[in-house]
Amino acid sequence: MKRILILGAGTAGTMMANKLRKALDKEEWEITIVDQFKTHYYQPGFLFIPFGIYNREDVVKPKADFFPAGVRVIYSEIGRIEAEANKVHLAGGKVLHYDYLIIATGTKTFPEETPGLYGKLWYKEIFDFYTVEGAIALQKFFKGWEGGKLVMAITELPYKCPVAPIEFVFLADAFFTEKGIRDKVDITYVTPMPGAFTKPTASKMLSELLLEKNIKVVPDFYIERVDNEKKTIVSYDDVEIPFDALAVVPVNMGDKMIERSGLGDDMNFVPTNKETLQSIQHENIFILGDASNIPTSKAGSVAHFASEILFENLMNAIEGRPVLAKFDGHANCYIETGFGKGALIDFNYETEPLPGTFPLPGIGPFGLLKNTKINHYGKVMFRWIYWHILLKGKELPVESQMTMAGKKTIN
Amino acid sequence: MAEKVIAGKSIEVTDEGYLVNMEDWSREIAAELASEAGIELTGKHLEVLEYLREKQSAGETLTIRKVGKSGIVDIKGLYKLFPGGPLKISSKLAGIPKPTSCV
Ligand SMILES: Cc1cc2nc3c(=O)[nH]c(=O)nc-3n(C[C@H](O)[C@H](O)[C@H](O)COP(=O)(O)OP(=O)(O)OC[C@H]3O[C@@H](n4cnc5c(N)ncnc54)[C@H](O)[C@@H]3O)c2cc1C
Repeated sequence: MKRILILGAGTAGTMMANKLRKALDKEEWEITIVDQFKTHYYQPGFLFIPFGIYNREDVVKPKADFFPAGVRVIYSEIGRIEAEANKVHLAGGKVLHYDYLIIATGTKTFPEETPGLYGKLWYKEIFDFYTVEGAIALQKFFKGWEGGKLVMAITELPYKCPVAPIEFVFLADAFFTEKGIRDKVDITYVTPMPGAFTKPTASKMLSELLLEKNIKVVPDFYIERVDNEKKTIVSYDDVEIPFDALAVVPVNMGDKMIERSGLGDDMNFVPTNKETLQSIQHENIFILGDASNIPTSKAGSVAHFASEILFENLMNAIEGRPVLAKFDGHANCYIETGFGKGALIDFNYETEPLPGTFPLPGIGPFGLLKNTKINHYGKVMFRWIYWHILLKGKELPVESQMTMAGKKTIN
Repeated sequence: MAEKVIAGKSIEVTDEGYLVNMEDWSREIAAELASEAGIELTGKHLEVLEYLREKQSAGETLTIRKVGKSGIVDIKGLYKLFPGGPLKISSKLAGIPKPTSCV
């Protein structure tokens, strides 16, 4: 028996298990997937929890519902990968051997990386919405909040779903407007980047929305620490921003297991060939999803598009052909803008988000870089697509390679 | 895109003055871009710029944290060298693209 081992049964790992089990002979290939948890979280849904649109039960399902028959599932923490020996050590001491390894252990938030963040105000007046616990704590807080300074701050790059904090401030604007206290809530978006939108066309078309909604943007702000006494965030050049409620994207890093395995960069992301999706160090290791260091968004849609390329290349490798399939960095993300509307962006390594229609040129139904009702429905539908199509590794009616058809370049 | 004469050479730059081709870069160009930004280039500055160029060529994503861990300067020091927006400004002087996110 030859062996494929998948580490991590989140979005990416689950998808790959489904694709590979369908394609490979059960007599010849054993497929094993390992994860520490039994619950699958629909992470894009976390965004809606603080505003009471979703609750916990809307974003969880048992992981077991999504594994195909014939895949060996092990629930255990992964200790480390011993790549030289094609072995993986589980936390309990068990050893798994592989011919091919797929790393899909994602990224995690590390609030303790920022001094003062994980302190006495954590989940009292400081929240993340990148974990279900944080999102629920924030929902409770918002229910009783009478207003004040709401600061949405990004601590470090890269972080998964780069549009999520922008969506958060848009949804907060709508939420407090509908609650009738928008005039008492001051919303500020703080980013280490030069702006909320940094790509020329997207910033031309979407920056207006922030102005319109009276959301302040503080760019180039790199947080050094949080002062729990004064309730301020402090930058490395000693600028302070006061808050009454702080929503943060904590530092995102790969799992510590990557570090223990000696396979990560300084943020514990795995150096990956951005086209073939193979590990730079080891030919028989592939990386899918947020765990890699490829220069595109860390998003479920990216993992989906990349999974098709990874699948092709793994089959190439298995059957002795060169790994010729190339990933282009394709990402496709809905951006909730509040009040039942949304925008959509579609881009890759080379092409910035451009206006137009998607997926059908000239028809849509979705409008790229446009703020429309139908785009919002796209985001709502995404949850159904995620559970029923994406995780199951089925085809979506969208090409994995980005296309210029339906896009307009503007100057 | 535009052409700009920097240190006596005509060079292609973006609307915001970032070099289009990182191969066009030289220390003289860095010095001139620095003085436009009100910075007097020292050896430390150059070490940071060379480091950024090296990482950029290797296809790595650049962050302030990474520079802070490089052993050249810590993050506070980086802010002192390039006040205001260290990564944005140092990237410009290093002749590499402006740091951006996906949108
Ligand atoms: C608030 C928010 C909003 C988002 N919105 C969108 C969106 O609108 N569209 C979109 O496309 N994407 C969105 N995303 C991003 C998307 O959820 C992720 O990119 C995607 O889930 C990544 O999949 P993954 O498999 O790489 O990682 P994950 O799904 O995080 O899975 C990693 C798995 O590895 C396991 N694991 C890690 N380390 C170990 C270990 N040592 N031992 C055992 N198991 C381990 C974990 O338990 C986990 O199950 C959003 C994310 C967030 C947080």
